[in-house]
Amino acid sequence: MNFAGIVEEINTRFGDGFAVVDEEVSLRTVRVSPEQWGELAPFLCEEDSLSFDAMMCITGIDEGEESKNLAVVYNLHSMKHNHKLEVYVPTPRALPKVPSVEQIWRIADWFERETYDMFGIEFEGHRDLRRILLPSDWDGYPLRKDYKFPDTYRGIVVDKMKEGWE
Amino acid sequence: MVDFFLDTFSGIGWLSSSPNLSFFLAVTLAGLPIFLFMALNALVAVYAERKVSAFMQDRLGPMGQGVGLHAGKWGMLQTAADAVKLLTKEDIIPASADRKLFVLAPFILFVGSFVAFAGLPFNEYVVAADFNLGIYYILAMGSVGVIGVILAGYSSNNKWSLYGAMRSAAQIVSYEIPAGLSLLAVIMLTGSLAFRDIVAAQTGTTLAVLPNWFIFDNPFTFFAFWLFFIAGIAEVNRTPFDLPEAESELVAGFHTEYSGMRWSFFFLTEYANMFIVAGVAALAFLGGWLSPIPGYFEGGLWGIFWFMSKAMFLIFVMMWFRWTFPRLRTDQLMRMCWKFFMPASFLTIVGVGIWDLFIR
Amino acid sequence: MGVAVDKELGAVHGEEMTLNIGPQHPSTHGVLRLKVKTDGEIITEIIPYIGYLHRCFEKHCENLTYEQAIPFTDRCDYIGSMNNNFGYAVAVEQLMDITISEKVEYMRIIVAEMNRLASHLLAIGTFGLDVGAFTPFLYCFRDRERILDLFEMLCGARLLYNYIWIGGVSHDFPVGWVEKTYDFLDYFEPKISEYNQLLTYNKIFIERSADVGVIPSEVAISYGVTGPNLRGSGIRWDLRKDEVYGIYDRFDFDVPIGTGAMGSVGDCWDRYYVRVRELEESVKIIRQALDAMPRDGDVHAALPKKIRPKAGHVYSRTESPRGDLGFYIASDGSDTPSRLKMRSPAFTALSCLDEIARGWMISDVIAILGSLDIVLGEIDR
Repeated sequence: MNFAGIVEEINTRFGDGFAVVDEEVSLRTVRVSPEQWGELAPFLCEEDSLSFDAMMCITGIDEGEESKNLAVVYNLHSMKHNHKLEVYVPTPRALPKVPSVEQIWRIADWFERETYDMFGIEFEGHRDLRRILLPSDWDGYPLRKDYKFPDTYRGIVVDKMKEGWE
Repeated sequence: MVDFFLDTFSGIGWLSSSPNLSFFLAVTLAGLPIFLFMALNALVAVYAERKVSAFMQDRLGPMGQGVGLHAGKWGMLQTAADAVKLLTKEDIIPASADRKLFVLAPFILFVGSFVAFAGLPFNEYVVAADFNLGIYYILAMGSVGVIGVILAGYSSNNKWSLYGAMRSAAQIVSYEIPAGLSLLAVIMLTGSLAFRDIVAAQTGTTLAVLPNWFIFDNPFTFFAFWLFFIAGIAEVNRTPFDLPEAESELVAGFHTEYSGMRWSFFFLTEYANMFIVAGVAALAFLGGWLSPIPGYFEGGLWGIFWFMSKAMFLIFVMMWFRWTFPRLRTDQLMRMCWKFFMPASFLTIVGVGIWDLFIR
Repeated sequence: MGVAVDKELGAVHGEEMTLNIGPQHPSTHGVLRLKVKTDGEIITEIIPYIGYLHRCFEKHCENLTYEQAIPFTDRCDYIGSMNNNFGYAVAVEQLMDITISEKVEYMRIIVAEMNRLASHLLAIGTFGLDVGAFTPFLYCFRDRERILDLFEMLCGARLLYNYIWIGGVSHDFPVGWVEKTYDFLDYFEPKISEYNQLLTYNKIFIERSADVGVIPSEVAISYGVTGPNLRGSGIRWDLRKDEVYGIYDRFDFDVPIGTGAMGSVGDCWDRYYVRVRELEESVKIIRQALDAMPRDGDVHAALPKKIRPKAGHVYSRTESPRGDLGFYIASDGSDTPSRLKMRSPAFTALSCLDEIARGWMISDVIAILGSLDIVLGEIDR
């Protein structure tokens, strides 16, 4: 099924304008809000004609200092029909919350933990949301654009970033 | 040898008057060569293992550029260097380990092996202690080592060592049964437990060409030889049965926490045990100190030469196995012992009995 | 034979022991810590702890230009560096719509497939080492040395190449390299049957790996397992054939899948055997590429002067020796990426360890981990 067909399926089920095609991101991206994502995700997996059984990648994005949003991007693929979809879910920087899909696609368990670790986006309904790459007592969310590097960690002094070569 | 010393001492006046002292002296003097032989065996076996494994793995092993400060041509001083290093290492005993048992364990293991060596003959005349239940004695003493293994694992206060010790104890105790039963086949044919008689029963030729060794005697003893040999490898904890020391799984199993000289005791005992298993197999099945060409090159020093070469060859085969096969998992190992080796060894006994009775 | 514990029998279990495997351990393929809860020797739960090798690859890349990020991608999956570079270059070229010359396409495929050979040899050897076979490991490394020697002749590095650049490659094949590669392929093909004799059909090896750690195909897809691990579970999915990138459609090769020949479909033996078969397929591809490659042309011709992609996002994936390696690049029109995410195949493979290792014994966990072929460098980045 091509991209237009997929969008039509979604809009048929949930109502027109539910999924907004976001060409600024890419030619295959659909933008939904976090609440809409909570409804859309099981539909994408279970609906026979769509059958997105593989979650290829979940990425967290910081939209930049001007925008007030963080975002989570889901790249989905169907092994059965061999078509793809990208879902872009923006969420406010002040209180980032997105419904978790780790019970639908089991790989989302670790991917969401990584996004939480790096961006601080809370995935509601995730059964074991804790840091995965960084130590559990780390402060802050490193991949955010406004992240300030700590001066010390557990008493170890962290070297400042150096300008240029030495 | 003990008897020999006792005889000589009876000739010396002041010694023969105190039987306790003369016995003590005789036993010590007989035991020293064994200890030296065990140490020498370990040195040679370690070097051989490293070179053999290296050539099998398409590499060179310990090498040296020549006489001098390097490890000698062929790298022979490497083992000596290792021995010196082990002697000079710091003696580390983990703080939470059971000190007394920790120190005691390697000794018990060593004693088990040493005591078994005492009954192993190299020749008609060269044997430390001449028992007339030679084979039985060695089998019995082989079990003493298990206590040392368990103590080592337990006293280390380390979960991994404990695992290794448990596995090892189960393995050794289980595999003693097929080992003993397959030797029974040979004992049935000779009617005596003494090594002297077992080897004497293998003189001469069979089929006019082959030496009259028990391995060629009948198909059941041939089978029994392999049963004994493989069960023996399991006893010594060599691959494919080396789970207790499985390097990639448990770091080093029951001797993880040992270092320096204490660890070298375990190492030495392993090679000594290998020699014992190979020696017993050579004596019982391969004709011991008899020459492969019956009638020629026999007697005296030739006997020692043939015995040593047969034992060395079997040790080489053990090393060959180690570098070829992957290792078996504990439950597969135990299953093989109880479901295959045990019935097989019973069958060999029955088979040898029938053969001897009806076909001979 | 299966030792999967019957959960109903739980009433008889002894005390539960919590053990730690790693982070320093002679067996794990990197710094990995596994917290293992066992009931006797049977595993009830495994919790992997990763992040010991986290080097902030993604944060660094936000301050580097696109070309400067290439050596950083090398170091993620350090065993298959060429494939990392390849995946990244394909992603950026998609973002910028660059077309590259025929010669460069062939060269990229040749080095990527040779790196696949090296990576699979390491996977096979270390899997043998994990189950206790010491010798095949050294045989595999002996042959891998030859590949690394060829790479050293090519670009000067043995393990981290920085070879495949955006729009081209860094060095042309030196004089004599192609002949040496042909010689290597002639030398290498009979060695594969050597590995089969020594390890693959060895009874003890089969007992250790057949029926152990079965990944059912739905579990595999749900956990995002890809590459030889997925093919071992019987699913014929290979990005080189199903989502063609580069010029892979011009080559004739098979995609081996696991058939449960020695046990069940998707057990450790199947995954291992898929890798052995892929060695043969890669040799085929390299031969075809060497035959068909145009011999002259400038490899730097299509290198863009300034890499400044238009604003937009791209997700592209390629087949690395471990599975599908994905790069999600978000560009804001400047010469540094706004977000660069590497989706590593070993990350997803490790995530399913808990599910497939329950009910097996500790020795089996080591075997399962070895058959998944993980590299901590790309899991932690």
